[in-house]
Amino acid sequence: MTGRQKTFTLGGIHPEENKLSANAPIEVLPLPKQAIIPMGQNLGAPSKPIVNRGDLVKVGQLIAEAGGFISANIHSPVSGKVLKIDNVPDASGYKRPGIVINVEGDEWEESIDRSVEIKEEIELDGKEIIERVKEKGLVGMGGATFPTFVKLMPPPGKVADYLLINGVECEPYLTSDHRLMLEKGKEILIGTKILMKALKVKKAVIGIENNKPDAINHINELAKGYEGIEVQPLKVQYPQGGEKQLIKAALNREVPSGKLPIEVGCVVQNVGTAYAVYEAVQKNKPLIERVVTVTGKAVRKPSNFMVRVGTPVQELIDAAEGLPESTGKIVNGGPMMGKALTSLEVPVVKGSSGILLMQESESRRKPESPCIRCSKCTYVCPMGLEPFLLAKAAKVGRFDIAEKELVMDCIECGSCQYTCPASIPLLDYLRLGKSMVGAIIRNRKK
Amino acid sequence: MNMLTVSGSPHIHGDESTKKVMYGVVYAMIPAMLVSVYYFGLNALRVLLLATAAALFFEWLIQKYLIKGPVTITDGSALVTGILLAFNVPSNLPSWMVIVGALVAIGMAKMSFGGLGKNIFNPALVARVFLLISFPVQMTSWPKPHAIINGLTDAVTGPTPLGIVKEGLDAGKTMSELTPELPNYLQELIGQMGGSMGEVSAIALILGGLYMIFRKIITWHIPVSMLLTVVVFSGILWGVDPEHYADPVFHLLTGGMLLGAIFMATDMVTSPMTRGGQLLFGFGVGLLTILIRIWGAYPEGVSFAILLMNAVVPLINRGFKPRRFGVKPGVEIKTS
Ligand code: SF4
Ligand code: SF4
Repeated sequence: MTGRQKTFTLGGIHPEENKLSANAPIEVLPLPKQAIIPMGQNLGAPSKPIVNRGDLVKVGQLIAEAGGFISANIHSPVSGKVLKIDNVPDASGYKRPGIVINVEGDEWEESIDRSVEIKEEIELDGKEIIERVKEKGLVGMGGATFPTFVKLMPPPGKVADYLLINGVECEPYLTSDHRLMLEKGKEILIGTKILMKALKVKKAVIGIENNKPDAINHINELAKGYEGIEVQPLKVQYPQGGEKQLIKAALNREVPSGKLPIEVGCVVQNVGTAYAVYEAVQKNKPLIERVVTVTGKAVRKPSNFMVRVGTPVQELIDAAEGLPESTGKIVNGGPMMGKALTSLEVPVVKGSSGILLMQESESRRKPESPCIRCSKCTYVCPMGLEPFLLAKAAKVGRFDIAEKELVMDCIECGSCQYTCPASIPLLDYLRLGKSMVGAIIRNRKK
Repeated sequence: MNMLTVSGSPHIHGDESTKKVMYGVVYAMIPAMLVSVYYFGLNALRVLLLATAAALFFEWLIQKYLIKGPVTITDGSALVTGILLAFNVPSNLPSWMVIVGALVAIGMAKMSFGGLGKNIFNPALVARVFLLISFPVQMTSWPKPHAIINGLTDAVTGPTPLGIVKEGLDAGKTMSELTPELPNYLQELIGQMGGSMGEVSAIALILGGLYMIFRKIITWHIPVSMLLTVVVFSGILWGVDPEHYADPVFHLLTGGMLLGAIFMATDMVTSPMTRGGQLLFGFGVGLLTILIRIWGAYPEGVSFAILLMNAVVPLINRGFKPRRFGVKPGVEIKTS
């Protein structure tokens, strides 16, 4: 790693990394007594239950179908009896439709290959891969939870020439992708090959920030055995895991405002997704478990767990030796983009990458003071926006200005608010601006 | 377990605060404060203390009894204004005028616009110009620097280098005739010349500027573009006719040039928000300064130049946007 290290060029911040659980190997968490499976686990339409109360289900059995084109199937992560189909708590703080299953034993669908052997040879063809990925309920595992198969079908007229695998993990604290790369490197590379085949691309780049030199070396070593896959070390900078930022950093291509990565010939998938693709395609295994980091400054045993979807957060915290007395906030995800939870009953879902326990003293926002027009928010914005201006426009209801000043380009990375010396909750206003402008645009199209 | 706090992301915050930014500016002004006391003695100390105390007092008074809102005098912004006001007046200014200056800066230029962050004009400069127009005699009687180690005698007053040049040239003298009356470059660098108490020492001001750049309180854009413009513009004139125009180094080192470039034009509240805008702003200040110095009625033009450019900042902000990700420069942004 000599010379200028690659990274994205516009904006960016470097918060304390705090990767406390980086050296904790992935542990398999015992099964929960009850699995709570929300129907809204993916971006897009929620899934529709196809089981009834009292049904007996096996691990891997389809229990809910995609509720639209942009939606995903859900398979049972446990075996047992369907207790109820009702509203269940989810990370949003609301109760929404879900399936609750009382766990009995651990009986799997026979079609799933549970052997530990690594299967190299890819038998399915491109179309079959996409079908399989769709059938097995795969969604983006970096947190955005966009259905994976949709990204594998570029719209007519668009072709991909590069697959980018996101191993950046730029959020402070989180280490689930890091551990996965160290422990399931081979599977990730085969998963990458499978994705390349589905997309018909010859080249793939795995982007990893160089605060994970062990992962860079390991994947680099393994990648020698796979044609067309290259590892790109990146200088640590948040939010490098953002799709547009990663493409800029690794390939120096700039996705036009308002467009998707495919516009510049790229498809981005997370390393966790590549692993899930391997399991779905080679082992016929649906997306029913994932790696979740449990961490925080006061956590006694910062850990990485392999967890079945539907496991309540409480059980993960217990396994990390309990909730510290000082806890004041529990975040589902990383500290920059995660969501604060209202209760510990909330279950792990396909997109949960970490549970961050923040101490009381770190939990509250600092008091807001007037904007001193220092432009620091503008300097750090990775999208080249003027957060102070957009926030003000949203605050006073001038959504026309917010739209003209490109509020819809905001990726909600929080860099502006993190940096603001006046501690203005800029992102609160930006989210308001985005949702209002989004509604205005939808209305106009009608 | 405690009650869980629920708020939107991000859940962490960097360690910057308005207070840290403001006190950073105060620390950056320490070298210039020391030099002013060194050369202008206890009188400088008197003006400094009075200006800051009065600025803080008026801010407190207005926030508490007029606005009846929160009192935020500890945020450091009034302190900065007070020190800058002191830097912008001669050290022998009568005390009551210093107090009037502080009232104008805080009451008129800052609070009447809505307080911190809302003012259009640099408060200390508004006060300086107000004092200059109201009390032209006292505001232009400059004590000669007199190193404090040589005893505390009463200061003798005399003109500033800029005043000498202006008057001399107007009276038909040439630069070579005037040069013996002027301080040499070394004296100008360390601050051994007449002038407002905070503006004299180039070295002290540059030190402060470097500190602020290092702390990321300011960026180089405004000072560099302003000073470069001054050098180029005055350099052309001097190159054409060195007998009737002062050289660029003289322009850089005398008067309020460096104080203005480093501490006044960079005031974040009253300067543009983007780098491009800042470059234009610096260019404008530099150009206007030389125009006023050479063809205006006053020997010094920095304050007027900055205030004039302050007025067009909202316009500059509208015209200069940051480079947007995924938008080609010059391409009209279409909103669907
Ligand atoms: S949250 Fe939006 S406006 Fe703020 S820095 Fe990130 S992209 Fe820019
Ligand atoms: S960082 Fe905060 S104080 Fe500075 S310009 Fe942006 S909103 Fe205003």
